[in-house]
Amino acid sequence: MLSSPRARAGALTLPLIAFLGVTFVAPLGTMLWRSVHEPVVADALPQTLALLEAWDGQAALPEALYQTAAGEFRQLQASRALGGVATRVNRVQGGSRSIIMRTARELHGAAPASWREAMIAAHPAWGEAAIWGAIRQAGQRYTIRHYLNALDLEQDIQGRIVAQPQDQRIYLKLLGNTLAASAAITLICLALGYPLAYLIANTKPRWSNLLLLAVLLPFWSSLLVRSMSWIIMLQKKGVVNDLLVALGLVTEDGRLIMVYNMIGTMVTMTQLLLPFLILPLYAVMRGIPPLHLRAAASLGANPRQAFLHVYWPQTLPGVAAGSLLVFILAIGYYIAPALVGGRTGQFISNLIAYHMQYSLNWGLAAALNFVLLVCVTVILVAYNRLIGIERLRFG
Amino acid sequence: MFPRTDSQHHWLRRTTKALTAATLLAAVTTQFCAETGELQGPAPLTGESLTVVSWGGPYAKAQEKAFFKAFTAETGIRVRMDDFFGGLAQVRAQVETGSVHWDLIDLEFADVAQGCEEGLLELVDIDELPPAPDGTPARDDYFEGSFSDCGGAGIFFSTIYAYNRESFPAAAPSKIEDFFDLKRFPGRRGLRRSPLVNLEFALLADGVPAAEVYAVLDTPAGKARAFRKLDSIKDQVLWWDTGAQPVQMLADHEVVMATSFNGRIFHETVVEQQPFVIVWDGQVLDTGQFAIVAGTPKLAAARKLLLFLSRIENMAAFARYFPYSPTRHSAAKLISTHLETGVDMWPHMPTNPANMGRVLMNDWHWWRDHHDEMTERFSAWLLR
Repeated sequence: MLSSPRARAGALTLPLIAFLGVTFVAPLGTMLWRSVHEPVVADALPQTLALLEAWDGQAALPEALYQTAAGEFRQLQASRALGGVATRVNRVQGGSRSIIMRTARELHGAAPASWREAMIAAHPAWGEAAIWGAIRQAGQRYTIRHYLNALDLEQDIQGRIVAQPQDQRIYLKLLGNTLAASAAITLICLALGYPLAYLIANTKPRWSNLLLLAVLLPFWSSLLVRSMSWIIMLQKKGVVNDLLVALGLVTEDGRLIMVYNMIGTMVTMTQLLLPFLILPLYAVMRGIPPLHLRAAASLGANPRQAFLHVYWPQTLPGVAAGSLLVFILAIGYYIAPALVGGRTGQFISNLIAYHMQYSLNWGLAAALNFVLLVCVTVILVAYNRLIGIERLRFG
Repeated sequence: MFPRTDSQHHWLRRTTKALTAATLLAAVTTQFCAETGELQGPAPLTGESLTVVSWGGPYAKAQEKAFFKAFTAETGIRVRMDDFFGGLAQVRAQVETGSVHWDLIDLEFADVAQGCEEGLLELVDIDELPPAPDGTPARDDYFEGSFSDCGGAGIFFSTIYAYNRESFPAAAPSKIEDFFDLKRFPGRRGLRRSPLVNLEFALLADGVPAAEVYAVLDTPAGKARAFRKLDSIKDQVLWWDTGAQPVQMLADHEVVMATSFNGRIFHETVVEQQPFVIVWDGQVLDTGQFAIVAGTPKLAAARKLLLFLSRIENMAAFARYFPYSPTRHSAAKLISTHLETGVDMWPHMPTNPANMGRVLMNDWHWWRDHHDEMTERFSAWLLR
């Protein structure tokens, strides 16, 4: 099989391909599958859903449906499986969970004369269309509703795509905040990192080594520790505020609120991400011969012109690489915002983590993930158009 | 292979020495600990171990001292403790994916009821639990409404709010209304990042009598009213997840008042001597119970531990470490003093009539059905 040398050489990449398959393609694939595949309700209420299929969302519902639904609810309740079903219906329409659970608990006795009346007596919501529409929607085995949800949209009872109620539109705003804050962090990093990288690249080796060490040092301590120490720095009775009060810049009562909000998130993330900008920039700057600037000066350029026309263009690949790296890392950040972000300094990743760990709405988490992935891809493509990926230099 | 310089040699030698010393020290310490353990004459370790999940901090420390050391000594089964901060999410994830690695979990009562109904917790027959010393069966020994189909042991604990005395040298807050009064008591507040208790506090402060809080919450208008009241202080709130955060915020003056569990504030004031004061007015009293995660591979050992925890002497022992009152009559009678400081425990118990001027009993029926719903709504509200 592996007769030709070419094939044998190619076989060397098999471990890499396997690695990528296991760590990248498989999780991504599972995630995408989860975002469109939602079998729990469909498996649990097959007969009820079959009866609901023909319903137009308006006509009065037949007694047979009530009887079937009540039967399936009771059965699920007895096997302690109704909770999972009710939770999923609740994701389509808030408030459904308590309606279903309460009703199932009240239907435990002998068969009533009319199931319709018995269910409506247990909860009046059963006389209205909304809850049935929610059950039907939650029962779709293959669904785009997680994507709609991630984009602050939903399907109404007739199947039309409409905007979510005002008070439930949160994801697009959060995504916008995340992108804007990441862009701001990137710019701040650039403003702080560019002069520093220049200094490291152009000073005596002894000093540049020391400065480089100072840039790398934070990498040796845990991300958690670095984030937590910003709380100590920035809090109301923290180091920065104490200093400002001692200097008379703010009054005792006017201490600044700089943590547990977006300011805290931005400060912390800027510090955490700064090395990722400095290092590629430094590598590129070190490759620029100092002669170029001197040549520019000897040709009559003033320092500003020499910088703008000779030095800056040559550092662009480093600037592009560093800022892209920082920006993409920032979009996906989640620990720092969780620790120092409070309510207003959260990123979209915090919501993804919330849906993964606490609400257990993995479909929505996967859809949000995919939306984020699309954003990053779009940015990469745009970058490629503007600058060209092959021109990026990480060192 | 590589020629070494003198200084490298020196460095290597020193490192080797330090490593040897550290290894020896570790070996000696382990040996010593093993020996002191043996001196107390416990059952030989069976090699079996249970993972018990609780709330961390001094509360979990107290549980370790009151319960788990004695359990290991009696049965030889080791107990490993893990922390969480409430709710059924992680249990649900474990049960639904079939990878259960928690055995026993310390839950709020509504979560025991909900988890039981959803098959996330193992069923426990109340008649299996040990009777009171006078022979009263457990069923009659528990306070009314404080046992479930899946729980064992049990405590009454309370969510209250506390303030830092240094923040209010003149008039100090004394009522639940004061928590929402930014004019008279300006400053940031700490609240738990959860709808639990916050909705009740909001309605109480908005003038709803304690007896009607859940009836009001059951209506859409009532829910909206609770969120509206929370809106009025939203910009001034720092949200906490774990019990350690609100007391840290109070100590750092990051907030002027914060909700917390009464036992945590007891620990901070009585043991740590912090200048915090509990406001008992409007306290929300709740029950906590241990439950077994459904499908644990260590079911037999977990049951053994649950029965052990439900014994009167053990439930009473915990009340000597932490001011949470046992949920069984015969154990509640044994409340005495704090083991470490000698402080009388009764004045610090949430069930002491002196602390129950205006008290709301957490309605687990309501929360069993609404916890998931309200959490979802609350999370969306937080982000707006």
